[in-house]
Amino acid sequence: MPEQPQIARPQSDRSQSDRAMIEIKNVTRSYGAFKALDDASLTIREGEFFSLLGPSGCGKTTLLRMIAGFDNPTSGSIAVGGQPMEGIPANRRPTNMVFQSYAIFPHLNVEQNVAYGLKRLRLQGGEEKRRVEEALAQVSLTGLGKRLATELSGGQRQRVALARALVMRPKVLLLDEPLSALDKKLREQMQVELRRLQQAVGITFVLVTHDQYEALAMSDRIAVMFGGRIAQVASPKEIYQRPVNRQVADFLGGMNFVKAEIVEENAASLVVDTLGFGRVKTDKPKAFVRNGGGATLGIRPERLRVLWDNATAKFEVAGKVVERHYFGEITHLIVEIPGLEKPLSVTETNDFGADDIPVGTPIRLAYDPEALVAMGD
Amino acid sequence: MTAAAEGSPPLRMTRARRNALLQSEPVQGFALISPTFLYALILLVLPILVVIAHSFWTQHYLTIDRTFTLENYRVALTEPIYRDLLWRSLYISLTVSLFTVILAYPIAYFISFHGGRHKSLWLFLITIPFWTSYLLRVMSWKVILGYNGVLNSGLMGLGIIDEPSTALLYNSTAVIITLTHAWAAFAILPIFVSLEKVDRTLVEAATDLGDGPLRSFLRVTLPLSAPGVISAALIVMIPTVGDYVTPKLVGGKDGVMIANAIQAQFGKAANWPLGAALSVTTMLIVTLMAGATVLIIRALQRLAR
Repeated sequence: MPEQPQIARPQSDRSQSDRAMIEIKNVTRSYGAFKALDDASLTIREGEFFSLLGPSGCGKTTLLRMIAGFDNPTSGSIAVGGQPMEGIPANRRPTNMVFQSYAIFPHLNVEQNVAYGLKRLRLQGGEEKRRVEEALAQVSLTGLGKRLATELSGGQRQRVALARALVMRPKVLLLDEPLSALDKKLREQMQVELRRLQQAVGITFVLVTHDQYEALAMSDRIAVMFGGRIAQVASPKEIYQRPVNRQVADFLGGMNFVKAEIVEENAASLVVDTLGFGRVKTDKPKAFVRNGGGATLGIRPERLRVLWDNATAKFEVAGKVVERHYFGEITHLIVEIPGLEKPLSVTETNDFGADDIPVGTPIRLAYDPEALVAMGD
Repeated sequence: MTAAAEGSPPLRMTRARRNALLQSEPVQGFALISPTFLYALILLVLPILVVIAHSFWTQHYLTIDRTFTLENYRVALTEPIYRDLLWRSLYISLTVSLFTVILAYPIAYFISFHGGRHKSLWLFLITIPFWTSYLLRVMSWKVILGYNGVLNSGLMGLGIIDEPSTALLYNSTAVIITLTHAWAAFAILPIFVSLEKVDRTLVEAATDLGDGPLRSFLRVTLPLSAPGVISAALIVMIPTVGDYVTPKLVGGKDGVMIANAIQAQFGKAANWPLGAALSVTTMLIVTLMAGATVLIIRALQRLAR
């Protein structure tokens, strides 16, 4: 197993090397007629924090378990660190896993749990103890080594599971919905900590989650999956701002969809006519599929801004507030625009009094045409 | 009820007090356990007290002298015949429970881990021998192990032995074989239950951390199923010490156990106090042995870490 790098990697999207750590090629997993995973191909880079995001039953856990060796592809191949994994059992793979249920051994204390995988290596001269201490320190559990698993809180159990996997210094750490059992506050804290830990140890992390915020907050790149297929692989920003289709857009948060007619199309861009937003020129996504003469444009609710009093913007649409929902720091407005078949939802921070806009008020919204993205249906 | 109580103040007082009494947790608790408690008292505690009392008395032909004496215990503990019988009983029951657990574990493991959808069918099949009488099952071992039995004919047919072996039946080995078979299901079930409770993710976690199938079994599955192993061992060990039907039928004079002596004291020998003293001694020793078994298995479990 490789020695752990001593320096933390700088936090930036370009921080990882371009060397592939995990190569998944045309992997299919069928159970009878049902395909849990359908021809998935994916490359995960060395040192990357990669997330598999999707609703339950999308095949993300199946894929993770196949990387770990608990399941085998019906067809296709998986390689980790350049080494094909076919025929290699889970216990000989350079991967370690943090289980959703944490799978802490109940008959062992924290120290024994963390040392579990090291015992077999028969390390010399206190090396085992040193590595256990180091792993416990990494997850801020120093001093709890003698506790029994049954005496730990959910967050602490999660840390033990993490330390137990990290102490093995795997090439790849697999995390199966590790935060789903924690309450919201602890979850958010652990997101930050996990990300920091990944930066510190420099190991490739592959996270499975159905929580889009978790994926957006922690990942270098995300693969969004639906029904056993990978819909899009990109950085969190790209996934959020330029989803390839309505399904991805919807899964990652609110999105207003606007029907449009294609006026002009070339390799890189589209010019479309919409009823509410008029004629718009947008980038053409790589996977864009033309749907007759039509296309769908999407704009996130927070990319629409309320224009107060006499303020004007270069691009604006006018409408009428039909609903208002208060969410503390933001207010959700539903605005009817003449010509649009569905009203737009708009989120506005409350610092200018959006929470006081009466229902029925005529309103103008500013937008950036860049924020209008074309996507397949 | 409230309306009626309001009409008659004195009644209300008593009712209130009675309600308070009925609602107190200890009272409710005792009320709940009282049927089982009485059952246990009458059917378990009283007979034991009767036996213990007898063990301190003396038999005079047809009457019992009720002056306190320890003579019965002196006989029970010092007479070579009883000491030997007791040792043999302990040896047989320990051997039987050891073999039963060793044979039952793989069966329970198979059903639990590889039984798939047919788990209940497998368990059902295991209970089939219990549909016949215990006596019949013991007798059938006589048929298998006997002079003209299945085993002897088979071995002779194969030319392994020239004449029927008499070493198979009427000795303590025959008792051990018969008891091991008779108690198998009682060992399989508790082990199966504790194996069912082992979280399969833990086995996966062990595998993920580098353990092969054997290692993960020894380090995770086996220690976590130890409660089942302990109860299986105890369930088999405790009753077999006191078994007297099997030794009587297949044990011969070499396979006589302490329970046969106790039975004789209460029966033909008509010395109830001595029989009682033998019973109490056996009971105490079995208790000690059961405790020791639990401690030994726990220690082994700790060693496996």
